[in-house]
Amino acid sequence: MLERRGFSALLYDRIVPIGVVVAVIVVLWYGFAVLLNAQFERDQAARAKTEITTSQLIERTLSQDRPLLPAPHQVVSEIWDTTVMKKITSKRSLVYHGWITLSSTLLGFLMGTVLGISLAVAIVHSKVLDRSLMPWIIVSQTVPILAIAPVIIVVLNAIGISGLFPKALISTYLSFFPVAVGMVKGLRSPDVMHLDLMRTYNSSAAQVFWKLRWPASVPFLFTSMKVAVAISLVGAIVGEMPTGAVAGLGARLLSGSYYGQTIQIWSALFSAAVLAAVLVMLVDLVSRIVLRRMGMAQ
Amino acid sequence: MSVVIEAKGLDLTFGTGEGAVHALADIDLSIESGEFVSLIGPSGCGKTTLLRVIADLEKPTGGTISVNGVSPEEARLARAYGYVFQAAALYPWRTIAGNISLPLEVMGMSKAERQQRIAKNMELVNLTGFEKKFPWQLSGGMQQRASIARALSFDPDMLLMDEPFGALDEIVRDHLNEQLLKLWAQTKKTVVFVTHSIPEAVFLSTRIVVMSPRPGRIHEVIDCDLGDDRPLDIRETPKFLEIAHRVREGLRLGHSYED
Repeated sequence: MLERRGFSALLYDRIVPIGVVVAVIVVLWYGFAVLLNAQFERDQAARAKTEITTSQLIERTLSQDRPLLPAPHQVVSEIWDTTVMKKITSKRSLVYHGWITLSSTLLGFLMGTVLGISLAVAIVHSKVLDRSLMPWIIVSQTVPILAIAPVIIVVLNAIGISGLFPKALISTYLSFFPVAVGMVKGLRSPDVMHLDLMRTYNSSAAQVFWKLRWPASVPFLFTSMKVAVAISLVGAIVGEMPTGAVAGLGARLLSGSYYGQTIQIWSALFSAAVLAAVLVMLVDLVSRIVLRRMGMAQ
Repeated sequence: MSVVIEAKGLDLTFGTGEGAVHALADIDLSIESGEFVSLIGPSGCGKTTLLRVIADLEKPTGGTISVNGVSPEEARLARAYGYVFQAAALYPWRTIAGNISLPLEVMGMSKAERQQRIAKNMELVNLTGFEKKFPWQLSGGMQQRASIARALSFDPDMLLMDEPFGALDEIVRDHLNEQLLKLWAQTKKTVVFVTHSIPEAVFLSTRIVVMSPRPGRIHEVIDCDLGDDRPLDIRETPKFLEIAHRVREGLRLGHSYED
Protein backbone atom coordinates (compact mmCIF):
# COMPACT_ATOMS: atom_id res chain seq x y z
CA MET A 1 0.00 0.00 0.00
CA LEU A 2 1.16 3.49 -0.78
CA GLU A 3 2.22 5.23 2.39
CA ARG A 4 0.82 8.70 2.93
CA ARG A 5 2.98 11.40 4.45
CA GLY A 6 2.68 14.82 6.06
CA PHE A 7 -0.54 16.73 5.71
CA SER A 8 -2.13 14.17 3.43
CA ALA A 9 -1.58 11.47 6.08
CA LEU A 10 -3.04 13.70 8.76
CA LEU A 11 -6.04 14.46 6.55
CA TYR A 12 -6.85 10.90 5.53
CA ASP A 13 -5.83 9.04 8.69
CA ARG A 14 -7.13 11.47 11.31
CA ILE A 15 -9.24 14.39 10.17
CA VAL A 16 -11.54 12.59 7.73
CA PRO A 17 -12.47 9.59 9.93
CA ILE A 18 -12.84 11.65 13.11
CA GLY A 19 -14.79 14.32 11.21
CA VAL A 20 -17.19 11.74 9.84
CA VAL A 21 -17.89 10.35 13.29
CA VAL A 22 -18.43 13.84 14.73
CA ALA A 23 -20.78 14.75 11.87
CA VAL A 24 -22.86 11.61 12.43
CA ILE A 25 -23.10 12.35 16.17
CA VAL A 26 -24.17 15.96 15.53
CA VAL A 27 -26.86 14.89 13.05
CA LEU A 28 -28.22 12.26 15.46
CA TRP A 29 -28.13 14.77 18.27
CA TYR A 30 -30.22 17.32 16.34
CA GLY A 31 -32.65 14.53 15.47
CA PHE A 32 -33.08 13.52 19.09
CA ALA A 33 -33.33 17.14 20.24
CA VAL A 34 -36.27 17.66 17.88
CA LEU A 35 -37.92 14.38 18.90
CA LEU A 36 -37.53 14.85 22.65
CA ASN A 37 -38.45 18.52 22.77
CA ALA A 38 -41.42 18.27 20.36
CA GLN A 39 -43.95 17.12 22.96
CA PHE A 40 -43.51 20.32 24.96
CA GLU A 41 -44.13 22.49 21.89
CA ARG A 42 -47.22 20.48 20.89
CA ASP A 43 -48.60 20.86 24.43
CA GLN A 44 -47.94 24.59 24.31
CA ALA A 45 -49.70 24.89 20.99
CA ALA A 46 -52.65 22.82 22.20
CA ARG A 47 -52.98 24.97 25.28
CA ALA A 48 -52.95 28.16 23.17
CA LYS A 49 -55.38 26.43 20.81
CA THR A 50 -53.17 27.17 17.80
CA GLU A 51 -51.76 25.01 15.07
CA ILE A 52 -48.03 24.92 14.39
CA THR A 53 -46.39 23.84 11.16
CA THR A 54 -43.59 21.29 11.10
CA SER A 55 -40.97 23.90 10.28
CA GLN A 56 -42.14 26.06 13.20
CA LEU A 57 -42.04 23.01 15.43
CA ILE A 58 -38.46 22.18 14.48
CA GLU A 59 -37.35 25.77 14.88
CA ARG A 60 -38.89 26.05 18.36
CA THR A 61 -37.61 22.70 19.60
CA LEU A 62 -34.08 23.88 18.91
CA SER A 63 -34.36 27.17 20.79
CA GLN A 64 -36.15 26.38 24.05
CA ASP A 65 -34.97 27.94 27.31
CA ARG A 66 -35.11 24.69 29.26
CA PRO A 67 -35.14 21.93 26.68
CA LEU A 68 -35.20 18.27 27.61
CA LEU A 69 -32.22 17.86 25.31
CA PRO A 70 -30.46 21.07 24.30
CA ALA A 71 -29.32 21.33 20.70
CA PRO A 72 -25.56 21.37 20.00
CA HIS A 73 -25.49 25.06 19.04
CA GLN A 74 -27.20 26.00 22.32
CA VAL A 75 -24.54 24.15 24.31
CA VAL A 76 -21.75 25.68 22.23
CA SER A 77 -23.05 29.19 22.71
CA GLU A 78 -23.53 28.62 26.45
CA ILE A 79 -19.92 27.40 26.73
CA TRP A 80 -18.75 30.42 24.71
CA ASP A 81 -20.72 32.77 26.96
CA THR A 82 -19.44 31.27 30.18
CA THR A 83 -15.79 30.93 29.18
CA VAL A 84 -14.69 33.62 26.75
CA MET A 85 -17.31 36.23 27.59
CA LYS A 86 -17.01 36.09 31.39
CA LYS A 87 -14.14 37.17 33.59
CA ILE A 88 -12.47 34.04 34.89
CA THR A 89 -12.91 35.21 38.47
CA SER A 90 -16.68 35.38 38.00
CA LYS A 91 -18.81 32.76 39.75
CA ARG A 92 -20.57 32.27 36.43
CA SER A 93 -17.39 31.50 34.52
CA LEU A 94 -16.87 27.87 33.50
CA VAL A 95 -13.12 28.51 33.56
CA TYR A 96 -13.39 29.39 37.25
CA HIS A 97 -15.41 26.27 38.03
CA GLY A 98 -13.20 24.16 35.78
CA TRP A 99 -10.11 25.33 37.65
CA ILE A 100 -11.68 24.42 41.02
CA THR A 101 -12.38 20.92 39.76
CA LEU A 102 -9.02 20.62 38.01
CA SER A 103 -7.04 21.56 41.11
CA SER A 104 -8.66 18.89 43.28
CA THR A 105 -8.39 16.41 40.38
CA LEU A 106 -4.64 16.97 40.11
CA LEU A 107 -4.06 16.81 43.87
CA GLY A 108 -6.13 13.61 44.11
CA PHE A 109 -4.40 12.11 41.07
CA LEU A 110 -0.99 12.84 42.57
CA MET A 111 -1.91 11.32 45.93
CA GLY A 112 -3.60 8.35 44.24
CA THR A 113 -0.55 7.67 42.08
CA VAL A 114 1.81 7.82 45.06
CA LEU A 115 -0.51 5.62 47.13
CA GLY A 116 -0.97 3.14 44.27
CA ILE A 117 2.77 2.84 43.67
CA SER A 118 3.48 2.42 47.40
CA LEU A 119 0.88 -0.31 47.75
CA ALA A 120 2.22 -2.11 44.67
CA VAL A 121 5.79 -1.98 45.98
CA ALA A 122 4.64 -3.40 49.33
CA ILE A 123 2.59 -6.12 47.67
CA VAL A 124 5.35 -7.22 45.32
CA HIS A 125 7.86 -7.50 48.17
CA SER A 126 5.71 -9.27 50.73
CA LYS A 127 3.64 -12.42 50.27
CA VAL A 128 1.70 -11.63 53.42
CA LEU A 129 0.71 -8.19 52.15
CA ASP A 130 -0.11 -9.66 48.75
CA ARG A 131 -2.65 -11.97 50.38
CA SER A 132 -3.98 -9.52 52.96
CA LEU A 133 -4.05 -6.21 51.04
CA MET A 134 -5.12 -7.24 47.55
CA PRO A 135 -8.65 -8.40 48.50
CA TRP A 136 -9.30 -5.12 50.34
CA ILE A 137 -8.04 -3.09 47.42
CA ILE A 138 -10.49 -4.87 45.14
CA VAL A 139 -13.36 -4.63 47.65
CA SER A 140 -12.73 -0.89 48.03
CA GLN A 141 -13.69 -0.39 44.41
CA THR A 142 -16.95 -2.31 44.69
CA VAL A 143 -18.31 0.27 47.15
CA PRO A 144 -20.30 2.84 45.14
CA ILE A 145 -18.39 6.12 45.22
CA LEU A 146 -21.67 8.02 45.42
CA ALA A 147 -22.31 6.39 48.79
CA ILE A 148 -18.82 6.96 50.16
CA ALA A 149 -18.27 10.53 48.94
CA PRO A 150 -20.79 12.31 51.23
CA VAL A 151 -19.49 10.32 54.20
CA ILE A 152 -15.92 11.46 53.57
CA ILE A 153 -16.96 15.07 53.00
CA VAL A 154 -19.18 15.22 56.10
CA VAL A 155 -16.74 13.43 58.41
CA LEU A 156 -13.80 15.59 57.34
CA ASN A 157 -15.94 18.70 57.61
CA ALA A 158 -16.84 17.74 61.18
CA ILE A 159 -13.16 17.73 62.14
CA GLY A 160 -12.56 21.02 60.42
CA ILE A 161 -11.13 19.90 57.10
CA SER A 162 -12.98 21.29 54.11
CA GLY A 163 -12.36 22.71 50.66
CA LEU A 164 -9.88 21.15 48.29
CA PHE A 165 -8.57 18.24 50.35
CA PRO A 166 -11.74 16.18 50.97
CA LYS A 167 -12.60 16.31 47.25
CA ALA A 168 -9.05 15.33 46.35
CA LEU A 169 -9.37 12.42 48.75
CA ILE A 170 -12.30 11.07 46.75
CA SER A 171 -10.21 11.32 43.59
CA THR A 172 -7.45 9.49 45.43
CA TYR A 173 -9.89 6.78 46.47
CA LEU A 174 -10.72 6.12 42.83
CA SER A 175 -7.36 6.70 41.18
CA PHE A 176 -5.06 4.65 43.41
CA PHE A 177 -6.73 1.47 42.20
CA PRO A 178 -5.65 1.30 38.55
CA VAL A 179 -2.16 2.46 39.56
CA ALA A 180 -1.84 -0.22 42.26
CA VAL A 181 -3.08 -3.00 39.98
CA GLY A 182 -1.02 -1.83 36.99
CA MET A 183 2.13 -1.41 39.05
CA VAL A 184 1.83 -4.82 40.69
CA LYS A 185 1.76 -6.26 37.20
CA GLY A 186 4.55 -3.95 36.05
CA LEU A 187 6.87 -4.66 38.97
CA ARG A 188 6.34 -8.37 38.33
CA SER A 189 6.89 -8.06 34.59
CA PRO A 190 10.67 -8.78 34.44
CA ASP A 191 11.13 -12.31 33.17
CA VAL A 192 12.96 -15.07 35.03
CA MET A 193 16.11 -14.57 32.98
CA HIS A 194 16.39 -10.89 33.94
CA LEU A 195 15.86 -11.77 37.61
CA ASP A 196 18.35 -14.66 37.46
CA LEU A 197 20.87 -12.29 35.91
CA MET A 198 20.62 -9.96 38.91
CA ARG A 199 20.99 -13.00 41.16
CA THR A 200 24.24 -14.03 39.48
CA TYR A 201 25.60 -10.57 40.31
CA ASN A 202 24.70 -11.07 43.96
CA SER A 203 22.64 -7.88 43.88
CA SER A 204 20.63 -6.57 46.81
CA ALA A 205 16.84 -6.34 46.85
CA ALA A 206 17.15 -2.56 46.48
CA GLN A 207 19.33 -2.97 43.39
CA VAL A 208 16.88 -5.45 41.87
CA PHE A 209 14.14 -2.91 42.47
CA TRP A 210 15.84 0.21 41.12
CA LYS A 211 17.76 -1.37 38.27
CA LEU A 212 15.19 -3.91 37.11
CA ARG A 213 11.67 -3.85 38.53
CA TRP A 214 11.18 -0.09 38.51
CA PRO A 215 12.33 0.64 34.94
CA ALA A 216 10.49 -2.45 33.70
CA SER A 217 7.25 -1.16 35.21
CA VAL A 218 7.35 2.33 33.68
CA PRO A 219 5.18 1.48 30.63
CA PHE A 220 2.62 -0.10 32.98
CA LEU A 221 2.71 2.99 35.20
CA PHE A 222 1.80 5.31 32.34
CA THR A 223 -0.98 3.08 31.09
CA SER A 224 -2.60 3.01 34.52
CA MET A 225 -2.00 6.74 35.05
CA LYS A 226 -4.06 7.44 31.94
CA VAL A 227 -7.01 5.64 33.51
CA ALA A 228 -6.30 7.18 36.92
CA VAL A 229 -6.30 10.79 35.74
CA ALA A 230 -9.66 10.40 34.04
CA ILE A 231 -11.35 8.84 37.06
CA SER A 232 -9.71 11.41 39.33
CA LEU A 233 -11.80 13.97 37.48
CA VAL A 234 -14.91 11.87 38.04
CA GLY A 235 -14.02 11.68 41.74
CA ALA A 236 -13.58 15.44 42.02
CA ILE A 237 -16.94 16.08 40.36
CA VAL A 238 -18.68 13.57 42.60
CA GLY A 239 -16.98 15.20 45.59
CA GLU A 240 -18.41 18.59 44.63
CA MET A 241 -21.99 17.43 44.77
CA PRO A 242 -22.66 16.80 48.48
CA THR A 243 -20.92 20.02 49.58
CA GLY A 244 -23.97 22.05 48.73
CA ALA A 245 -22.83 22.83 45.24
CA VAL A 246 -20.63 25.83 45.97
CA ALA A 247 -18.12 25.68 43.17
CA GLY A 248 -16.69 23.39 40.53
CA LEU A 249 -18.06 21.52 37.54
CA GLY A 250 -19.93 19.18 39.89
CA ALA A 251 -21.64 22.19 41.44
CA ARG A 252 -22.63 23.45 37.98
CA LEU A 253 -24.17 20.06 37.23
CA LEU A 254 -26.07 20.01 40.49
CA SER A 255 -27.34 23.61 40.45
CA GLY A 256 -28.28 23.12 36.81
CA SER A 257 -30.47 20.21 37.76
CA TYR A 258 -31.98 22.09 40.74
CA TYR A 259 -33.20 24.87 38.47
CA GLY A 260 -33.88 22.79 35.38
CA GLN A 261 -31.04 24.52 33.52
CA THR A 262 -30.35 21.72 31.09
CA ILE A 263 -28.12 23.84 28.90
CA GLN A 264 -25.93 24.57 31.91
CA ILE A 265 -25.78 20.86 32.76
CA TRP A 266 -24.75 19.93 29.25
CA SER A 267 -22.13 22.63 29.00
CA ALA A 268 -20.64 21.50 32.33
CA LEU A 269 -20.68 17.91 31.06
CA PHE A 270 -18.87 18.91 27.91
CA SER A 271 -16.30 20.92 29.78
CA ALA A 272 -15.64 17.92 32.02
CA ALA A 273 -15.27 15.65 29.00
CA VAL A 274 -12.88 18.03 27.28
CA LEU A 275 -10.90 18.46 30.48
CA ALA A 276 -10.62 14.68 30.88
CA ALA A 277 -9.51 14.29 27.26
CA VAL A 278 -6.85 16.97 27.68
CA LEU A 279 -5.56 15.37 30.89
CA VAL A 280 -5.34 11.93 29.29
CA MET A 281 -3.55 13.40 26.27
CA LEU A 282 -1.06 15.17 28.54
CA VAL A 283 -0.25 11.94 30.39
CA ASP A 284 0.09 10.22 27.02
CA LEU A 285 2.47 12.91 25.81
CA VAL A 286 4.67 12.61 28.90
CA SER A 287 4.57 8.83 28.49
CA ARG A 288 5.79 9.06 24.89
CA ILE A 289 8.63 11.38 25.81
CA VAL A 290 9.78 9.26 28.76
CA LEU A 291 9.54 5.95 26.88
CA ARG A 292 11.43 7.37 23.92
CA ARG A 293 14.21 8.52 26.23
CA MET A 294 14.30 5.08 27.82
CA GLY A 295 14.62 3.52 24.38
CA MET A 296 11.39 1.61 24.82
CA ALA A 297 9.38 3.39 22.11
CA GLN A 298 10.63 2.03 18.83
CA MET B 1 46.07 -26.82 36.63
CA SER B 2 43.70 -26.74 39.53
CA VAL B 3 40.22 -28.09 39.85
CA VAL B 4 37.56 -25.35 39.81
CA ILE B 5 34.35 -27.36 39.66
CA GLU B 6 34.00 -30.67 41.44
CA ALA B 7 30.72 -32.59 41.63
CA LYS B 8 30.32 -35.93 43.39
CA GLY B 9 27.15 -38.02 43.36
CA LEU B 10 25.13 -34.89 42.54
CA ASP B 11 21.38 -35.44 42.55
CA LEU B 12 18.44 -33.13 41.87
CA THR B 13 14.74 -33.93 41.96
CA PHE B 14 12.13 -31.29 41.19
CA GLY B 15 8.90 -31.65 43.17
CA THR B 16 7.81 -34.63 45.20
CA GLY B 17 5.52 -37.65 44.93
CA GLU B 18 3.88 -38.59 41.64
CA GLY B 19 4.90 -35.46 39.73
CA ALA B 20 8.54 -35.56 40.81
CA VAL B 21 11.09 -35.11 38.02
CA HIS B 22 14.49 -36.65 38.48
CA ALA B 23 16.53 -33.98 36.66
CA LEU B 24 20.05 -35.01 37.70
CA ALA B 25 21.21 -38.41 38.92
CA ASP B 26 24.57 -39.31 40.34
CA ILE B 27 26.65 -36.69 38.51
CA ASP B 28 30.42 -37.00 38.95
CA LEU B 29 32.35 -34.32 37.16
CA SER B 30 35.50 -32.37 37.71
CA ILE B 31 36.51 -29.38 35.60
CA GLU B 32 39.94 -27.84 35.71
CA SER B 33 40.94 -24.22 35.40
CA GLY B 34 41.21 -22.99 31.82
CA GLU B 35 39.21 -25.85 30.33
CA PHE B 36 36.43 -25.43 27.77
CA VAL B 37 33.88 -28.07 28.68
CA SER B 38 30.69 -28.62 26.72
CA LEU B 39 27.61 -30.33 28.11
CA ILE B 40 25.71 -31.96 25.26
CA GLY B 41 22.54 -34.02 25.17
CA PRO B 42 18.91 -33.95 24.06
CA SER B 43 16.25 -31.78 25.71
CA GLY B 44 15.47 -32.97 29.21
CA CYS B 45 18.90 -34.49 29.88
CA GLY B 46 19.58 -31.97 32.63
CA LYS B 47 22.45 -30.10 30.96
CA THR B 48 20.97 -26.68 31.69
CA THR B 49 19.99 -27.81 35.20
CA LEU B 50 23.59 -28.87 35.87
CA LEU B 51 24.83 -25.48 34.71
CA ARG B 52 22.26 -23.77 36.94
CA VAL B 53 23.40 -25.86 39.92
CA ILE B 54 26.99 -24.71 39.29
CA ALA B 55 25.67 -21.12 39.18
CA ASP B 56 23.63 -21.59 42.37
CA LEU B 57 20.42 -20.87 40.49
CA GLU B 58 19.16 -24.34 41.55
CA LYS B 59 19.90 -26.22 44.76
CA PRO B 60 20.85 -29.91 44.45
CA THR B 61 18.88 -32.39 46.54
CA GLY B 62 21.80 -34.76 47.05
CA GLY B 63 25.54 -35.20 46.63
CA THR B 64 28.21 -32.54 46.87
CA ILE B 65 29.48 -29.83 44.57
CA SER B 66 32.21 -27.27 45.02
CA VAL B 67 33.03 -24.26 42.87
CA ASN B 68 36.45 -22.65 43.37
CA GLY B 69 36.81 -24.83 46.44
CA VAL B 70 33.69 -23.41 48.11
CA SER B 71 29.94 -24.01 47.80
CA PRO B 72 28.18 -22.68 44.68
CA GLU B 73 26.40 -20.13 46.85
CA GLU B 74 29.63 -18.74 48.24
CA ALA B 75 31.08 -18.70 44.75
CA ARG B 76 28.05 -16.78 43.50
CA LEU B 77 28.30 -14.30 46.36
CA ALA B 78 31.96 -13.85 45.45
CA ARG B 79 30.90 -13.22 41.84
CA ALA B 80 33.04 -16.07 40.54
CA TYR B 81 31.28 -16.48 37.21
CA GLY B 82 29.60 -14.64 34.38
CA TYR B 83 26.43 -16.27 33.07
CA VAL B 84 25.27 -16.07 29.47
CA PHE B 85 21.66 -17.07 28.86
CA GLN B 86 19.96 -18.61 25.84
CA ALA B 87 18.56 -15.20 24.97
CA ALA B 88 20.70 -12.09 25.26
CA ALA B 89 18.50 -10.87 28.14
CA LEU B 90 19.62 -7.28 27.67
CA TYR B 91 17.56 -4.67 29.51
CA PRO B 92 15.61 -2.84 26.80
CA TRP B 93 15.75 0.52 28.61
CA ARG B 94 19.54 0.49 28.75
CA THR B 95 21.89 1.21 25.87
CA ILE B 96 24.48 -1.42 24.99
CA ALA B 97 27.07 0.41 27.10
CA GLY B 98 24.47 0.72 29.87
CA ASN B 99 23.82 -3.01 29.79
CA ILE B 100 27.50 -3.85 30.06
CA SER B 101 27.71 -1.34 32.87
CA LEU B 102 24.93 -3.09 34.85
CA PRO B 103 27.03 -5.66 36.77
CA LEU B 104 29.71 -3.03 37.33
CA GLU B 105 27.14 -0.69 38.90
CA VAL B 106 25.79 -3.50 41.05
CA MET B 107 29.34 -4.17 42.22
CA GLY B 108 29.82 -0.50 43.06
CA MET B 109 32.65 0.37 40.66
CA SER B 110 33.56 4.00 40.03
CA LYS B 111 32.44 5.71 36.86
CA ALA B 112 35.94 5.90 35.45
CA GLU B 113 36.52 2.20 36.12
CA ARG B 114 33.18 1.34 34.50
CA GLN B 115 33.93 3.34 31.38
CA GLN B 116 37.31 1.77 30.98
CA ARG B 117 35.86 -1.75 31.34
CA ILE B 118 32.95 -1.05 29.00
CA ALA B 119 35.34 0.17 26.31
CA LYS B 120 37.66 -2.82 26.78
CA ASN B 121 34.94 -5.45 26.66
CA MET B 122 33.06 -3.88 23.78
CA GLU B 123 36.26 -4.01 21.81
CA LEU B 124 36.75 -7.63 22.84
CA VAL B 125 33.44 -8.62 21.21
CA ASN B 126 33.87 -6.23 18.24
CA LEU B 127 31.01 -3.92 19.20
CA THR B 128 32.97 -0.67 19.47
CA GLY B 129 30.84 2.15 18.07
CA PHE B 130 27.53 0.67 19.22
CA GLU B 131 27.73 2.02 22.79
CA LYS B 132 24.76 4.33 22.48
CA LYS B 133 22.46 1.96 20.58
CA PHE B 134 19.53 0.32 22.28
CA PRO B 135 19.27 -3.49 22.14
CA TRP B 136 16.42 -3.51 19.60
CA GLN B 137 18.61 -1.60 17.17
CA LEU B 138 21.07 -4.53 17.03
CA SER B 139 20.84 -7.93 15.31
CA GLY B 140 20.40 -11.09 17.38
CA GLY B 141 24.07 -12.02 17.00
CA MET B 142 25.23 -8.58 18.08
CA GLN B 143 22.90 -8.68 21.07
CA GLN B 144 24.36 -12.00 22.16
CA ARG B 145 27.88 -10.57 21.76
CA ALA B 146 26.86 -7.67 23.99
CA SER B 147 25.60 -10.15 26.57
CA ILE B 148 28.97 -11.95 26.46
CA ALA B 149 30.73 -8.62 26.97
CA ARG B 150 28.44 -8.01 29.94
CA ALA B 151 29.36 -11.40 31.44
CA LEU B 152 33.07 -10.68 30.95
CA SER B 153 32.97 -7.06 32.13
CA PHE B 154 33.64 -7.79 35.79
CA ASP B 155 36.39 -10.24 34.89
CA PRO B 156 35.06 -13.43 36.52
CA ASP B 157 37.19 -16.62 36.52
CA MET B 158 34.49 -18.61 34.84
CA LEU B 159 32.05 -18.23 32.00
CA LEU B 160 28.87 -20.31 32.21
CA MET B 161 27.04 -20.35 28.88
CA ASP B 162 23.58 -21.85 28.40
CA GLU B 163 23.04 -22.52 24.68
CA PRO B 164 24.06 -18.94 23.93
CA PHE B 165 23.92 -19.35 20.15
CA GLY B 166 20.91 -21.69 20.02
CA ALA B 167 18.54 -19.06 18.66
CA LEU B 168 20.88 -17.75 15.95
CA ASP B 169 21.17 -18.83 12.33
CA GLU B 170 24.04 -21.09 11.33
CA ILE B 171 26.18 -18.47 9.60
CA VAL B 172 26.07 -16.10 12.57
CA ARG B 173 26.65 -19.06 14.82
CA ASP B 174 29.82 -20.12 12.95
CA HIS B 175 31.10 -16.60 13.18
CA LEU B 176 30.40 -16.31 16.91
CA ASN B 177 31.97 -19.74 17.56
CA GLU B 178 35.18 -18.51 15.97
CA GLN B 179 35.08 -15.30 17.99
CA LEU B 180 34.37 -17.19 21.19
CA LEU B 181 37.44 -19.38 20.65
CA LYS B 182 39.62 -16.30 20.17
CA LEU B 183 38.11 -14.76 23.28
CA TRP B 184 38.79 -17.92 25.26
CA ALA B 185 42.41 -17.97 24.05
CA GLN B 186 42.85 -14.32 25.06
CA THR B 187 41.16 -14.46 28.46
CA LYS B 188 42.10 -18.01 29.63
CA LYS B 189 38.76 -18.31 31.40
CA THR B 190 37.22 -21.62 32.35
CA VAL B 191 34.15 -22.10 30.17
CA VAL B 192 31.22 -24.44 30.76
CA PHE B 193 29.10 -24.44 27.63
CA VAL B 194 25.69 -26.06 27.19
CA THR B 195 24.73 -26.98 23.63
CA HIS B 196 22.73 -29.44 21.60
CA SER B 197 24.87 -29.06 18.50
CA ILE B 198 27.52 -31.74 17.97
CA PRO B 199 29.72 -29.70 15.57
CA GLU B 200 29.59 -26.71 17.92
CA ALA B 201 30.65 -28.84 20.89
CA VAL B 202 33.52 -30.48 19.00
CA PHE B 203 34.70 -27.23 17.46
CA LEU B 204 34.86 -25.35 20.76
CA SER B 205 35.65 -27.79 23.53
CA THR B 206 38.64 -29.37 25.18
CA ARG B 207 36.27 -31.94 26.71
CA ILE B 208 32.73 -32.94 25.85
CA VAL B 209 30.37 -34.29 28.49
CA VAL B 210 27.70 -36.45 26.82
CA MET B 211 24.53 -36.57 28.87
CA SER B 212 21.44 -38.75 28.58
CA PRO B 213 17.86 -38.19 29.68
CA ARG B 214 15.41 -39.61 32.26
CA PRO B 215 17.02 -39.29 34.70
CA GLY B 216 19.61 -36.74 33.55
CA ARG B 217 23.05 -38.30 33.91
CA ILE B 218 26.53 -38.27 32.42
CA HIS B 219 26.91 -41.01 29.85
CA GLU B 220 30.45 -40.40 28.74
CA VAL B 221 33.19 -37.76 28.80
CA ILE B 222 35.10 -37.40 25.53
CA ASP B 223 38.44 -35.63 25.17
CA CYS B 224 38.54 -33.25 22.26
CA ASP B 225 42.25 -32.72 21.58
CA LEU B 226 42.13 -30.73 18.36
CA GLY B 227 44.77 -28.29 19.60
CA ASP B 228 44.57 -24.55 20.04
CA ASP B 229 44.49 -23.47 16.43
CA ARG B 230 41.03 -24.22 15.12
CA PRO B 231 39.96 -22.55 11.89
CA LEU B 232 36.39 -23.23 10.74
CA ASP B 233 37.79 -25.62 8.10
CA ILE B 234 38.92 -27.98 10.83
CA ARG B 235 35.39 -29.31 10.79
CA GLU B 236 36.12 -31.21 7.57
CA THR B 237 39.23 -32.96 8.88
CA PRO B 238 39.10 -36.70 9.66
CA LYS B 239 40.04 -36.08 13.29
CA PHE B 240 37.14 -33.67 13.81
CA LEU B 241 34.71 -36.05 12.14
CA GLU B 242 35.96 -38.92 14.24
CA ILE B 243 35.34 -37.03 17.49
CA ALA B 244 31.92 -35.93 16.22
CA HIS B 245 31.16 -39.56 15.42
CA ARG B 246 32.14 -40.62 18.93
CA VAL B 247 29.88 -37.98 20.43
CA ARG B 248 26.99 -39.16 18.26
CA GLU B 249 27.66 -42.79 19.24
CA GLY B 250 27.70 -41.72 22.89
CA LEU B 251 24.37 -39.96 22.49
CA ARG B 252 22.92 -43.04 20.75
CA LEU B 253 24.14 -45.43 23.47
CA GLY B 254 22.69 -43.01 26.04
CA HIS B 255 19.27 -43.54 24.44
CA SER B 256 19.15 -39.96 23.23
CA TYR B 257 17.70 -40.89 19.86
CA GLU B 258 14.82 -42.94 21.24
CA ASP B 259 11.27 -41.75 21.73
